[in-house]
Amino acid sequence: MSAATGTPVKSPHPPAASTGPHGPHDPAERERARARRRARLAEHVTGYGFLCAALIVFALFSWYPIARNVALAFQEVNFATGNSWVGLENFRRLADDPLTVTAWRNSALFTLYALLLGYAVPFVTAIVVNEFRHARAYFRVLVYLPVMLPPVVVALMWNWFYDPGPGLANELLRTLHLPTSAWIDSADTSLVSLVVVATWANMGTTTLIYLAALQTIPGELYEAAELDGANLWQRVRHVTIPQTRLVLLILMLLQIVATMQVFTEPFVMTGGGPDDSTVTVMLLIYRHAFVYDDFGTASALSLLLLIVLGLFSAAYLRLTRTRET
Amino acid sequence: MRTLIRPAVLRTRRGRTVYWSVLALVLLLFTAAFVIPLYWMGTGAMKSAREAAQSPPTYVPHEWHPGNFAEAWQELDLTRYFLNTLLLVGGAWLFQLAVQIPAAYALSKLRPRYGNVVLGLMLVTLMMPVTALLVPVYLTVVDVPLLDLNLIDTPWAVWLPAGANAFNVYILKNFFDRVPDELLDAARIDGAGPVTTMVRVVLPLSRPIIAVVSILSIVTAWKDFVWPLVVLPDPAHQPISVFLQRVAPDVPLNILVAGLVLASAPLIALFLVFQRQILSGLTAGSLKG
Repeated sequence: MSAATGTPVKSPHPPAASTGPHGPHDPAERERARARRRARLAEHVTGYGFLCAALIVFALFSWYPIARNVALAFQEVNFATGNSWVGLENFRRLADDPLTVTAWRNSALFTLYALLLGYAVPFVTAIVVNEFRHARAYFRVLVYLPVMLPPVVVALMWNWFYDPGPGLANELLRTLHLPTSAWIDSADTSLVSLVVVATWANMGTTTLIYLAALQTIPGELYEAAELDGANLWQRVRHVTIPQTRLVLLILMLLQIVATMQVFTEPFVMTGGGPDDSTVTVMLLIYRHAFVYDDFGTASALSLLLLIVLGLFSAAYLRLTRTRET
Repeated sequence: MRTLIRPAVLRTRRGRTVYWSVLALVLLLFTAAFVIPLYWMGTGAMKSAREAAQSPPTYVPHEWHPGNFAEAWQELDLTRYFLNTLLLVGGAWLFQLAVQIPAAYALSKLRPRYGNVVLGLMLVTLMMPVTALLVPVYLTVVDVPLLDLNLIDTPWAVWLPAGANAFNVYILKNFFDRVPDELLDAARIDGAGPVTTMVRVVLPLSRPIIAVVSILSIVTAWKDFVWPLVVLPDPAHQPISVFLQRVAPDVPLNILVAGLVLASAPLIALFLVFQRQILSGLTAGSLKG
C-alpha cells in the first residue's frame, strides 16, 4: 500500500543535474528549465483529467456523505423547509428508545454467534480439506456456491426451510428422530437461526481464503515439529495457527465488520420479530429513516455504528499493511 | 507438498483407513449441508402448489411440474424484472470500468502531484462500511449537491454510487504498477498520447485483472438488495431481488421457489464458467483490500 506509507512520487522526468554546463544563469538553461516545468505541469493536468470522473463520484457518493453523516446526526431533516440544528436531540431520542439497546445487543450477539459458528467452522474445514488429496475442487465449488446466490433468494429459501410444517429443517430432524425446533418463530431461537443462514451463505469466502493461507506454510516446519515430537494437536497449535495468525485476525475483523451490519436476513425473514429478538442496528436505522421518516435519528445511529465499525476497519487496514511490508 | 500429516503416515494401512473414512464423512456432511438445500429448492420448484405447501413435505415430488418455471416467468412477469436487473447491473459494471480504469491508470502511471493523497482518501473509504452509510448517501441521491438533481427511481441512483469503489481502484492500480514503465516510454517515443497508451498498451496486458474487477462488480450489483430497495421505490423499476422480496407473501410457494431458482441461475452459471477467475480474484484481492 504505497500511498498510505508515503512512497515519494516517482517522476517520469527526473530533474537533470541541477546546473547545466554553463551555470544556472545561462539563458538557454533557464529556457530549458521552464520547458521542463511546463511539460511537468501538462502531465499533472493530464493525470487529473484521467482522475476527474473518479474524483467527482467519490466526492459526491463517498467523501461528502461521510462528512455529512456527522452533521446530520445533529440535525432535524426536513425535505420541505430545510434542515435545522437540534443539538443532541437525536441522541436523546435514541437514548429514550428502549429498542436502541435491544438492537445493539442483538447485533452484538449476532456477531458473537457468527464468530463462534461462522469462524470456527470454516477454520476447521479448511484445515481438514487441506489434508485431502482428493475431491478438493469439489469442496471449493461446493462451499462457494451459496456465496453466488443473491441474499434475498437465500433468505426467502431459508424462510421456507424453517417453516415448521412443510419446511425442510424440521422434516430432517423428524427423519433423524430428533426434537424439532420453532426456528425463527420463537424469540429464543430466532437470532441463532439467522446466524445459521448467514454462515451457510457466507462461509465459502472465509474457507477459501484460509485454505489459500494454509498452502503457504512451508512443509519443513511440520517436519521439524514432528522431529521435536509434536503430536497432531501440537502441530496445529504451534505451527498452523502461528503461521496463519495474521490471516486469521484479518478474517475475524472482516467478519465482525460484515456481521455488525446485518440487515437482509432479519429484514426479509423476521422483520425484527418475534418480540424484537432480531431487531439489529441496521434494521433500526432503516426503520428510523424509511418507516418513521426521521433521518436525523437514523443518522445519529449510523454515526455510532460508523464509529464502532471504523475502529475495527482501521485495525484491519493496519494489519493488511503490516502484512505487505 | 508436506502438510499437517506426514505422507508416510498416509501410506500405512491405518493411515489409509483413517484418511478415507474422514474424507467420506466430510464429503457426506458437506454434500448434505450444501447440496440438499439446493436440491430442495430445485425440486420444490417442480412440485404442485398443494404438494409444496403440504406438511410433512415430500423428499421426492410425487408429480413433476417443470412447467412451473414457465408459469412463474409468466405470472411474475419476470421478463420485466430481469431486464430491470440487467439494466442496473450492466450499467453499474460499465460505469465502474469507465471511472475506475482511468483513475487507477492515472494513479499508477501518470502520477500527478498529490496523487498519493487522492489514493489515500479513496482507501479511507474502505473503512466506511457501505451499508452503514445508507442514510447520508440516500439523502445525497435525493438531492445531488450542485446539480440539484433527484435520482430516485432512475438507474443513475444505482450506477453512480457504484463507481465509488476504492477496492477496485486499488487492485487495478496494483496490477498497472507491474506493467513495466519501459513499455510506456516506448509508446510515448512512438508518439502515442496518454489515452492511446492506456488503451493500446496497458489495457491489453491487463485483461486478467479487468476480468476479475468485472466479475466482482457484476456479482456485487446482482446480489445488492438494500440500496435498490430504498432508491427504487417504484415497482416498475425494481430489480428481481427487491421484487421477489416484495411479492413473496402473496405468491403460491411452488411459483415463488421457481422464481428464486430463476433469479439465481445467471450468477450460478457465471460462477461455473468463470470459476477460476472468481476464486483467484477472491484470494488475491480480499487479503490486500
